[in-house]
Amino acid sequence: MLTFILKRVLEAIPTLLVLITVSFFLMHSAPGSPFSSERSLPPEVLANINAKYHLDEPVLTQYFYYLGGLLQGDLGPSFRYKDFSINELVAQSLPVSAEIGVWSFLVAVVIGVSCGVFAALRQNSWLDYLVMSFANLGIVLPNFVLAPLCILFFSIYMQWLPAGGWNGGAWPYLIMPVIAMSTSYIAQIARITRGSMIETMHSNFIRTARAKGLPKHRIILQHAMRPAMLPVVSYLGPAFVGIITGSVIVDVYFGTGGIGQHFINGALNRDYSMVMGVTILIGTLTITFNAVVDILYAIIDPKIRY
Amino acid sequence: MKKTLLATALITASLGAMQIQAADVPAGVVLADKQELVRGGGAEPATLDPQKVEGTPGSHRTRELFEGLYNLNGNGDLIPGVAESYTVNADNTVYTFKLRDDAKWSNGEPVTAHDFVYGFTRAVDPATASPYAWFIEIPSIANASDIINGKTVPSELGVKALDDYTFEVTLERPVPYFVKMTAHQTMFPAPKAVIEKFGSDWIKPGNMVSNGAYKMDEWVVNEKMVFTRNENYWNNDKTVINQVTFLPIESPSVELTRFQAGEMDISDELPNDHFKQLKRDIPDEVIITPKLGTYYYQFNTTKAPYDDVRVRKALSYGIDRNIITKFVTGTGELPAYSFTPEVVNGFDPATPEYATWTQKDRNEKAKALLAEAGYDSSNPLKFNLLYNTNENHKKIAIAISSMWKKTLGVEVTLENQEWKTYLETKKAQNFEVARAGWIGDYNEASTMLDLLTTPHGNNDGKYSNTDYDKLMSEAKTMADPSVNYNKAEGIAIDQDMAVAPIYQYTIKRLVKSYVGGYQPNPEDNIYTRDMYIIAH
Repeated sequence: MLTFILKRVLEAIPTLLVLITVSFFLMHSAPGSPFSSERSLPPEVLANINAKYHLDEPVLTQYFYYLGGLLQGDLGPSFRYKDFSINELVAQSLPVSAEIGVWSFLVAVVIGVSCGVFAALRQNSWLDYLVMSFANLGIVLPNFVLAPLCILFFSIYMQWLPAGGWNGGAWPYLIMPVIAMSTSYIAQIARITRGSMIETMHSNFIRTARAKGLPKHRIILQHAMRPAMLPVVSYLGPAFVGIITGSVIVDVYFGTGGIGQHFINGALNRDYSMVMGVTILIGTLTITFNAVVDILYAIIDPKIRY
Repeated sequence: MKKTLLATALITASLGAMQIQAADVPAGVVLADKQELVRGGGAEPATLDPQKVEGTPGSHRTRELFEGLYNLNGNGDLIPGVAESYTVNADNTVYTFKLRDDAKWSNGEPVTAHDFVYGFTRAVDPATASPYAWFIEIPSIANASDIINGKTVPSELGVKALDDYTFEVTLERPVPYFVKMTAHQTMFPAPKAVIEKFGSDWIKPGNMVSNGAYKMDEWVVNEKMVFTRNENYWNNDKTVINQVTFLPIESPSVELTRFQAGEMDISDELPNDHFKQLKRDIPDEVIITPKLGTYYYQFNTTKAPYDDVRVRKALSYGIDRNIITKFVTGTGELPAYSFTPEVVNGFDPATPEYATWTQKDRNEKAKALLAEAGYDSSNPLKFNLLYNTNENHKKIAIAISSMWKKTLGVEVTLENQEWKTYLETKKAQNFEVARAGWIGDYNEASTMLDLLTTPHGNNDGKYSNTDYDKLMSEAKTMADPSVNYNKAEGIAIDQDMAVAPIYQYTIKRLVKSYVGGYQPNPEDNIYTRDMYIIAH
């Protein structure tokens, strides 16, 4: 197992380097610069600004500057928020997205898996359809529809919850973002769980267990759940990264100040270092959680060993 | 002429001295116990450093935190800020400002002429890399251009502290609107000791020292910015609101939800789609004010056939501006026929001839001109109309292109580009006709008209007319430049149709009825220190 982990870490380095390099040059090849604006700057003023941010140097030199900073853990200065470094901005916004993300993840897993298992065990009954219709609401109601609907109902009509803001993550501010964030994941998880559970329940070893007269709860919990969870776990790894790195929809509608908004605005503002910072963050997390999924696989399914 | 100018300056200065900017609570108004205001703040500002700040969201916030020599009231008139009065020499090139001796920074230190010297110098210093360095160049403050170009050192800037409370500015040529420009944040004072101590971190909570009615308390990027009362502000006794929070929300619909949920007292904008409904449901809380800016279509005059005035005129005449403002934008905008909006201070643009015709006449004229230029149904004019991706720009482009199609048979392909790409495309003259808009930096017609001069960095259509350039250059030193401005408008629009003005911008806000002292104005210089919250 230790060699396996070590191997994964070593593999991650070139993957990240490729990611950084491609993103860096792609970002710099986008038309416009961080400092192009409707009010075009006099050339000498622009020259002073470009000099300050090394933008007057060849892109390759800038790339090595960037890598040099990165090695020291410095994601560079923000080109948009001129008084902040990317490290500061990420440190401020990632915990917000992570908090919303972890709660949403827990809610999505608990509700999604329960719905999926419940529906699978009552396959094609009206209860199956009812539960799956409920779970599928998340797909027909994307979060950009759900978020304003929630605000309309909970904040404007009922006045139960604040319409936006974060206030350090106080729970009333957390509820609606978690609802908006988790629903689509609930639907996905429920669908995968249901499919996988149905398949497992029809497999030979379950039939054998039944034939041996094992009680139903033991068949489900001890024998069916573990293999049925495999596809769910492989979905959850990347999903977890997606969910904790925030959503621009949630950030925009609820004014939470998470990292999702930074990523999109970074691209629009040509805030090179912001886009790079978030890309590296998401890249690292994705690689990490894919590795975690592989390890979990090995634990869940003894057939898989490395 | 010079004497008149001097007299005007002195009169303005003394008149101004009688007025002071502060919350003016009418007798009988009962104030709420909690004087805390929440404002929609538009986008998260790039910075709050007065010498570096650009864009409206940043300006709104810096005006709360800092104060310059003068302020401008709702009519665009000068109101004393840190300066009590000023005098100007016979040449109108040396301005001497007398500063009040009770102005203080939020740390209790006095605001002195040295802080202004430092602020002005900092703005042009290449090391600061301020995107607004050019703002010091415009009034031709001595050596500003050379400093920006690196030809001389920042300390050579034509600003001096004669003593702690006397600040002198030397201009290279007389600029009649210079004092008005001091209301702009680029010319605000800067606390040298604090900036030197913290570097670019000086504007962060805990470090920032400011001289306005408020001081920085909390700043969570993309969530909120909270300012509290600056007890050391010279006019603190007259400030009523204790705390102001800015919520950085770019989407007007999201702002609306916060407003409706009672979490915001003044919005930054309002969603066009909800305008009619809001006007019906809460008419008293929908405040529309003309804004110092024009929405227009730009012709690329370097490309045929847009170098042909007949084509430009035909396209401009073919736009029914009343339909656009009534049914497409529909939020109180006024049609624009001249480039300078009507609200500009000290200048009433003369009505161009085509504005007096009926739309039917304009359409007829347009058809004739286009035919003259060689375009008809067998050889229709075809082009791409460029705009930056935005629902409102799209609606306007669809409406105008169908007007052109119907009356002139012109075939327009709509081309939308993401903001920065659109800017690049325009700068490279890689367009035929493009959507554009311009918001004035100071309340004077040259803030608009300069845009159409040959060397202007934002003259993306590359319009060029030597007579026009001459008029605008002369206007810079005239006591009453409005004669030249009218001639310039006549050349650029009536004669050349350099651009097709479409409508005059408005400031659209939702303001809770319990907010008193909200003084909307074309430049959108809104100060929380003028406001108060009525018991409700």
